[in-house]
Amino acid sequence: MVVPLEHVIALSMILFSIGVLGVLFRRNAITIFMSIELMLNAVNLALVGFSRYYNSVDGQVFVFLVMTLAAAEVAVGLAIIIALYRNRQTVNIDEINLMKN
Amino acid sequence: MDISQFFTSADLFGIAPEIILTVTALSVLTLEMLHVSRPGIILMVAALGLFLAGALAINTSGDEQILFGGMLVLNRFSVFFDFLYITIGLLTLIFSQGYLEKRGSASRGEYPALILFAIIGMMLMTRANDLVIVFLGLELLSLSLYILVGFLRHDQLSNESGLKYLLLGAFATGFFLFGAALTYGAAGTTNYNGIVTAITNNTILSDTYLFLGIGLLLIGFAFKVALVPFHMWSPDVYQGAPTTVTGFLCTAPKAAGFGALIILFNRAFVDIHYQWQDIFWILSAMTMTIGNISALIQHNVKRMLAFSSVSHAGFLIMGILVLNETSISAVLFYLVVYSVVNLGAFAIVSAAEQEERGLNLKDYRGLAAQHPWLSAAMTIFMLSLAGFPPTAGFVAKFGLFSAAVSQGYIGLVIIAVLNTLISIYYYLRLVVNMYMQKEESTLILSYKMLAIVFVGLIAIMMIILGITPGYLLEIVTEAASTVA
Repeated sequence: MVVPLEHVIALSMILFSIGVLGVLFRRNAITIFMSIELMLNAVNLALVGFSRYYNSVDGQVFVFLVMTLAAAEVAVGLAIIIALYRNRQTVNIDEINLMKN
Repeated sequence: MDISQFFTSADLFGIAPEIILTVTALSVLTLEMLHVSRPGIILMVAALGLFLAGALAINTSGDEQILFGGMLVLNRFSVFFDFLYITIGLLTLIFSQGYLEKRGSASRGEYPALILFAIIGMMLMTRANDLVIVFLGLELLSLSLYILVGFLRHDQLSNESGLKYLLLGAFATGFFLFGAALTYGAAGTTNYNGIVTAITNNTILSDTYLFLGIGLLLIGFAFKVALVPFHMWSPDVYQGAPTTVTGFLCTAPKAAGFGALIILFNRAFVDIHYQWQDIFWILSAMTMTIGNISALIQHNVKRMLAFSSVSHAGFLIMGILVLNETSISAVLFYLVVYSVVNLGAFAIVSAAEQEERGLNLKDYRGLAAQHPWLSAAMTIFMLSLAGFPPTAGFVAKFGLFSAAVSQGYIGLVIIAVLNTLISIYYYLRLVVNMYMQKEESTLILSYKMLAIVFVGLIAIMMIILGITPGYLLEIVTEAASTVA
């Protein structure tokens, strides 16, 4: 059975929206980061779906690049979060507001 | 395996500047690892690499070259941007001497290396002829900037802005990528030429995908170049980042973002650009107005310059709204003037910055008595940002406004002119603080001789360009003619 393209894209859009809502409403920096990863994986799903629809490998190659980026971003992101935690003992973004004036 | 089927020597020559910069960045990191004790040597190696890359970039100019099977396009437009990035990089390195030590961090080789990596990313962005390459360039740039913004890892403000920039930057990347995926789905290819063909032959899979795709790509770019309503990160990030990084952050990535946006809408989406003009109109009007009004109430110099740079992005979007040869060359001229002036202004701010002091507008009271030359340079920068004749800022604004008027966007230009008038208030407030207040300034400026020489050169250049802009105008017109 072949899953129709529309279903794949709809699922990908739902996952993407969940990711966006997570970024907007969660307060823990790590959870926000996980939501961003969810957004990137929704993108991967859409790319793979389109790639299969067009029978071309372009989309799949793109997926590899996105995965590489996601890994690099986690490395940099966790380093920044740890540096912050060492100084402030919190990763709640509501408490990270020294610059509000 | 025969590698010649994947790329030829012409491809490698084409990306020679990127290769040189990569090698330089890695050597800089190696020197750091070998504990080369004098930070000057590391900066010198980085500057040498930038010079070499610039020399190679000028060699590749001339006719349009298509590299790596249509992935990259080299033309005068991309070479123009290469030079802009290299100049910004060199100025940033010059102005950064001694700044990190002053802020209590050891001078590290990572700092110039990350700036070099960011420059490579930006070069890829304006050479790209494929959404994948834009994405890779954008991310190479962003990842380097996240680290640079949070570079002072014992400083809470730097940590905080690093985290904010990371979270919002990665969020924007998500939008950009989903836009790229939907565009790929609509057109069946990520290559710009392929997208144009698909749109003109009307072989688009679904207009909804294309429309959503372009919209999401635009949101991604709007985050990166800080357009209202996606600008909320910029004041906090600009304030907390090390000041020399702020200078880099508000100039080079903006230039790269606008360059990539011009190529995207002028090449890939050229046939449907007219459908997006209303959106650009609204983005432009909102960005310049909200940026300016927020700048009025700031007391921190870095925050004020941050909002001022938001409003400048609003002016620049006018050029993408019009999108013809005149407007593109006006955008290029504007980017050059805006970039070097901001770098100069941030260089002076970074010299004045001390523990707990030197960032508030009040701290600049009476500075002109102690440092007449630096205050004069700062005045020229502020006048240039405000667009006073006879500074280069006036020529830049005039070019952009007249390009918009000639296409009938009179309403938008009126809004822009009103905004320019508002902006004079906050730019001159700094000048008034320096000159008109009789208090004794207690700021102790710390700077290196070379940095001051370059601040002076920028100031003189802004006046010269304001009076005889012909030479730069010729260059930008030539660069714009290759894409328009």
